[in-house]
Amino acid sequence: MFEQPSGAAPAAEPAVLVQGLRKSYGKGSSTVEAVRGIDLRVEAGELFGFLGPNAAGKSTTIKILCTLLQPTAGTATVAGHDVVRERTEVRRHIGLVFQETTLDDYLTAEQNLRFHADIYGIPRRLVAGRIEAVLDMVGLSDRRGSVVRTFSGGMKRRLEIARGLLHSPRVLFLDEPTIGLDPESRSTLWTYIDVLRRQEDITVFLTTHYMDEAERCDRIAIVDQGTVGALGTPSGLKASVGHDRVRLTTADDAAAAAVIEERLGLETTHERSGLVVLAPDGERVVPQLFELGLTVRAVSVSRPTLDDVFLAYTGSRLQERMAAAGPARRGGRPA
Amino acid sequence: MTDTRSRVQAPVAPVLVARRGLAHEARAARVVWQRDLIRFRTDRGRMVSSLMQPILFLFVLGKGLGAALDTGGDVDYATFLFPGTLATGVMFTAVFSAISIVWDREFGFLREMLVAPVSRSAIVVGKCLGGATVATLQGVILLALAGLVGVPYEPLLLLGTLALLFLTAFAITAFGLVISVRVQQIQTVMPRVQLLLMPLMFLSGALFPVGDALPGWLRLLTHLNPMSYAVDAMRRLTFHYLPGTEVPAQLRSTLTWGDWPVPVWLDVAVVAGTGGVLLAIACVLLSRSE
Repeated sequence: MFEQPSGAAPAAEPAVLVQGLRKSYGKGSSTVEAVRGIDLRVEAGELFGFLGPNAAGKSTTIKILCTLLQPTAGTATVAGHDVVRERTEVRRHIGLVFQETTLDDYLTAEQNLRFHADIYGIPRRLVAGRIEAVLDMVGLSDRRGSVVRTFSGGMKRRLEIARGLLHSPRVLFLDEPTIGLDPESRSTLWTYIDVLRRQEDITVFLTTHYMDEAERCDRIAIVDQGTVGALGTPSGLKASVGHDRVRLTTADDAAAAAVIEERLGLETTHERSGLVVLAPDGERVVPQLFELGLTVRAVSVSRPTLDDVFLAYTGSRLQERMAAAGPARRGGRPA
Repeated sequence: MTDTRSRVQAPVAPVLVARRGLAHEARAARVVWQRDLIRFRTDRGRMVSSLMQPILFLFVLGKGLGAALDTGGDVDYATFLFPGTLATGVMFTAVFSAISIVWDREFGFLREMLVAPVSRSAIVVGKCLGGATVATLQGVILLALAGLVGVPYEPLLLLGTLALLFLTAFAITAFGLVISVRVQQIQTVMPRVQLLLMPLMFLSGALFPVGDALPGWLRLLTHLNPMSYAVDAMRRLTFHYLPGTEVPAQLRSTLTWGDWPVPVWLDVAVVAGTGGVLLAIACVLLSRSE
């Protein structure tokens, strides 16, 4: 009645495989194309970051992968199962933690987990042990009998992650798992996520607006306007953006920019923090600046960050987007 | 990347989920039902408030109006009102239980059910059983008051009434799901409930006899209302067990199709059939929902 360990499947099978995925809403002239041809391959065991500005097609893609929406065109498989034709199989193999809480506030932590065990059909003899294990993993064993309403935001998230893991899914979808949490809860949560990745050998498909969380990923896809703009490891992506950034404050930034562009042949941009010089090798530029006779009040060199990568591919910053749209979206209710 | 590859080859834990089957569907329906019971048990305010309306009907309307209606017999208006009060009381409780699915949607829990590897029908059946059980439990409390309005505590009468209440509540919960399963916000569903439940109650024959004395249009509407058949079955059962008295003429109530008096088995069939159709519609609606 129960399936063989998934390990029997070929090890090379990707955890998520997306090919030519498209999704449009509406009909006729009012059609909106949310996803315009996404291709992705997430290997088993990866921590995969799925980044992009709001309305980039992230949520739509995740909903398709979780079988909550049907694609207009293209195919997607999760844990080797087609998300349209084998909906139930996909659901058995995935764990979901959405941005919005999906716990029953009026039940206890344990009652929420038991509900999940029954509706997912976890073999009865395994339920008690499994609940024990996941509660332990997220450090909520001593609160199992408490009504969820009494939990803090961080505890609820941990409980949701525990619940998402209860049926030992192969792929865990974490949609902005730490949004709205204070820094301490975020860091605690990540400690638990790291532990469970080791213990459960699971593929994690993560969306986030936090740079430090994106840095943790094995690989990242940056989605913008319904397509994948960039895909690679965090270090690879940073290298692809190339230039170091030399930030300058001078007596006259506009004049300085003109001189630098003319004499050194380097590209400059103006940002709120001042003048930024883009150079392949920042350390070598700094002495040259003084040789130009500029009145430099402050100078710093920084390597490209993921935020710069994000900016380069989407034209906006990771955190700005969240600050602008995050809280409003939290208030909205799931469709 | 090398790290990833080495992990790929590591042995992985099996997915702990049963293959889809009837046993799993039944288990899923059962836990949806259980959750409704747990929530009802912890919500005493709801239990008390759901008893308020039937008690007002029975003792205030029943005794008040009963004083004006001299039936000249042992069966007074409150006795007449008893089965209808049970049926309509259960109706309100069942509908409110059903529309809790809109709260579940608003507060996110519905999604936990919708992404589970189980059919949407199992969820609908669980919800209907939950609403039916909760409403029937309320019916038990009301049945305890039978003696106060001259209805005897006959075991067969009580059991039969409970069975009819359960069937009615099941059908009504299915009805409540049909009007709420696709609704996103509780504000949207409340007007629908108001709009539909009041006519269902007033046109059910719960409050007055449905017979030839009624104007034609009113008689027609009561006969089109499935609730009338639930009330009719319960009232005839109750009257059957009243201690050796003739029901006074003005309180006689019979549903007739043309000149043919509808038998009790057909009453039950109409309620069950309506419930079955509504259940099927609710299943389809939820299956097409996200």
